[in-house]
Amino acid sequence: MDFQPTEDQKALREGIRSFVEGQLPFDRIPEIEKAGGFDRDLWNEVAEMGVFALRLSENEGGVGLGFSDAVLVFAELGRRLVPGPVVWTHLAAGLVDGAATGETVVGGVDLMGPTPEPVVVEYFDTLDVLLVLRSDGVYRVDPATCEAKPVDVPLDPLTPIHHVTALPEGDKIGDADAAARLRLEGAAIISGVQLGLSEGALELANDYAKERQQFGRPIGGFQAVKHMLAEMFVKQEAARAGAYNAGATLDAPEVADVQKAVSAAKVTAGESAIRNARTGIQVHGGMGFTWEVMAHYYLKRAWVCENMFGTQDEHAEKIATILEAAN
Amino acid sequence: MDLRTTPEEQKFRDDLAAWLASEVPAYGPPPSTHDWDARRAYDTGWQRKLFEAGYAGINWPKEYGGLDASGVEQLIYFEEIAKANAPYIGVNFVGMLHGGPTIMVEGTEAQKAAHIPRIISGEEVWCQGFSEPVAGSDLANLQTRAERDGDHYVVNGHKIWTSFAHVADYCEMLVRTDPDSSKHGGISWLIMPMDLDGIDIRPLPTLEGEGEFSEVFLEDVRIPVSNLVGKENDGWRVTNVTLRFERGTAFASDMIQLQAFVAKMVETAKKITSDGATAWDDKALRREIGHLSGELESLWAMVKLSVCEAKETGVPGVGASAVKLYYTDIFQRTTELAVRLLGRAGISRSDVMDLPAQHFFARHFNAISTAIAAGTSQIQKNIIGERILGQVKEPKPNPA
Repeated sequence: MDFQPTEDQKALREGIRSFVEGQLPFDRIPEIEKAGGFDRDLWNEVAEMGVFALRLSENEGGVGLGFSDAVLVFAELGRRLVPGPVVWTHLAAGLVDGAATGETVVGGVDLMGPTPEPVVVEYFDTLDVLLVLRSDGVYRVDPATCEAKPVDVPLDPLTPIHHVTALPEGDKIGDADAAARLRLEGAAIISGVQLGLSEGALELANDYAKERQQFGRPIGGFQAVKHMLAEMFVKQEAARAGAYNAGATLDAPEVADVQKAVSAAKVTAGESAIRNARTGIQVHGGMGFTWEVMAHYYLKRAWVCENMFGTQDEHAEKIATILEAAN
Repeated sequence: MDLRTTPEEQKFRDDLAAWLASEVPAYGPPPSTHDWDARRAYDTGWQRKLFEAGYAGINWPKEYGGLDASGVEQLIYFEEIAKANAPYIGVNFVGMLHGGPTIMVEGTEAQKAAHIPRIISGEEVWCQGFSEPVAGSDLANLQTRAERDGDHYVVNGHKIWTSFAHVADYCEMLVRTDPDSSKHGGISWLIMPMDLDGIDIRPLPTLEGEGEFSEVFLEDVRIPVSNLVGKENDGWRVTNVTLRFERGTAFASDMIQLQAFVAKMVETAKKITSDGATAWDDKALRREIGHLSGELESLWAMVKLSVCEAKETGVPGVGASAVKLYYTDIFQRTTELAVRLLGRAGISRSDVMDLPAQHFFARHFNAISTAIAAGTSQIQKNIIGERILGQVKEPKPNPA
C-alpha cells in the first residue's frame, strides 16, 4: 500500500493548479458572471488540458489515468471555482461522441434519488447533450426537445440553471448498472471538487487573517480566529482523505466496499465544503457578507455540489444500509 | 495512491491473523477493572506472549527485539488486533510507547541493558511522571526539584495524572535540576524506581468512579545519578524525543475499535423498541449513524495518508494534530449518540435489560478525556494555526 499521491500525480496536480490559477484569476470571475456563468474559451482550455479525456484509455484518445488522478484534478478545478458542466462532460467521455474533447458539452440530471422534482439542470443553455440517469438506465436527451425555463436567480452566480418542465424520455444508451455506476463515479468526482472548495475557502480565509489587523495585530493571532482556521484545516484534511479514498478504492475495488468508500467521501467532503465556506465568511467578518470578497462563491458552489449525485443524507443512509447488512 | 497490499504485507496480515485466532480465545477475557494486580498480570502476560511469538514492539527496532514494521504494517497490525479483539496494551503503554523508545535513543548502554529487554518482554511496567498540578499544557513549568547530593539526586515534588503508578516498577520522571536557568533549560529526565523510600502514591478517582490515575508525592526521594537519561538540564529535548513516539499511530487501535463500537450501536438500536418499532427504524437515527460511520472511514483513510507521508518524509506527518482533533470529535459525537440511544436506560451505568450502558458510558467518558490528554484540543488547534497555517503565535508572557 502506498496511499500518498505518486510523483506523477503530484506533477499532474501542480500542472492543473498552475493552469487554473493562470487562466482563472479571481479578477476574471465578475466577467464570467456577467457573461452568464459559462466561458467557452475557458471550457476549451480545460478540454485541451485533457480533463474530460483523463480516464479514457489511450487507444480511445484518452490519457489512460484512473479515479485517483481524476479526484486530484477535480480538486484543483474546485479550488478555483472553475465553472461549466465539467463533471458531467468528464463522465460522458467515451459514452457521448465529442465529450472527451469538450467539443460536445454534456450536462446531466440525476433522477435516481428519492426526490426527482423539480427537475433543475445546470448550464442547460449551453448543453449539446443532456444525460438523464434513471434507475433503469442512462438516457440521452436532445436539449432542444425539452421544455425548460431559465431560473432568474441561480444560487451560484457561476452556475446558471433551468427548470425543465417537460423532459422527454430520450434514447437509452446504458442499462441500470451503467446508471448506478455513473452515479457512483459522479459522487466520487464531486467529492474531489468539494475537497477543492474546502481548500480554496481555507486558503482565502487564512490569507485574509494574516493581513487583516484589529487591536494592533493580525486577527489570525487571536485564538478565537486561529481555532476557526484550524477547524477548517481539519475539515479539509478529512475531505482529502475521503476523496482520495474514494478514488483509490474505485481504482482497486477488490480492497474495500466501493459504495461505502464513495458515500463516506460524499458525506465527509460535502460537510467540509459547506462548513469551510461558512467559517471562511465568518473569518472575513463584515466583508465576508458582501459580494465583493470571494468567500460567498465557495458557499454557493458547495451547495450546488451537495445536491449532485446524492446529498450527505442519502449517502449516510447508504452507509447505514451497508452497516445493517454487516450486522 | 494505491490501496492494494503487497504480497509481503498480505502475508504479514495472514500470519498475524492466524496467530491471533489461536491465541486470543485461549488467553481469555480481561479481569475486573478494579483488580489492579490481576490487570497487571493479564496485560504483562499478553505482552510476554506477543514477545515470544515475535509480535512485540511493532515499531521498535529489530536490535531491541522489535518488529521494525513499516507504517503500513503497523496499520495492518492494529486492524488485525482489533478484529481479533485481542487484549489492549494496558499497563505496558508507558514502557512500550515512551520509556523504552526514549532509553533506546538517549539512554546509556547500562540503562539499555537493564530496561529494554525487560520492557518488551512484559517483565517491567512503567509509569509517567511528567504532569504536575500547575504544569499541564504548560508542561515546562514543572516545579519538582532534584538536588544533587553526591551520587544521588534528592527529589521533592508532586506529580499528577500518573497512569498505572501503583503497579509500575519504574517512572519516567521529569525534574527541575537547575531552578535558575530558563524555563526549558533546567529540566532533567530520570528513571525513578517506584520502590524507593519517600514515594507516596494516592489514587485519583476520575469521573468514571475509578480509573488508572494517581497522584505521586515525592519527599526526599534519592535517585542514583546513574539513572539520568541524556545530559543534566537537557531533559526538555529528551522529552520531545519521548513525545514524538507518543504521536504517530498511538490512537490507531482506538479508531478501529470505534468502528466496532458503531456496529454495537446498530445492534443495540435494533433491540430498543418503542410503540412496536425499533430505534433502527428511525430514519434520522440511521442517517446519523451512517454519517458518523462515513466520517470514521475517512478518518482511517487520513491515518493511512499520514503514515504513508511519514514513510516518504521520515517524520510523522504535519497533520498528526488534525488526525487527533478529527478522531476526538468523531469519538465524542459517536459515543454521545450511543448514550442518547439508551434513553431512560442511560441514567444507569449498569446494564438494564441487557442494554450496554456500562460499555457505552465507559467509551463516552473515555472520549471526553481524549480531548484533554496528550495535548488538549485547544493546544492542537494552536499547533495547526501556527505551525501549519502560519498564523502569528500566541503572546508568551514568560518567554523561555
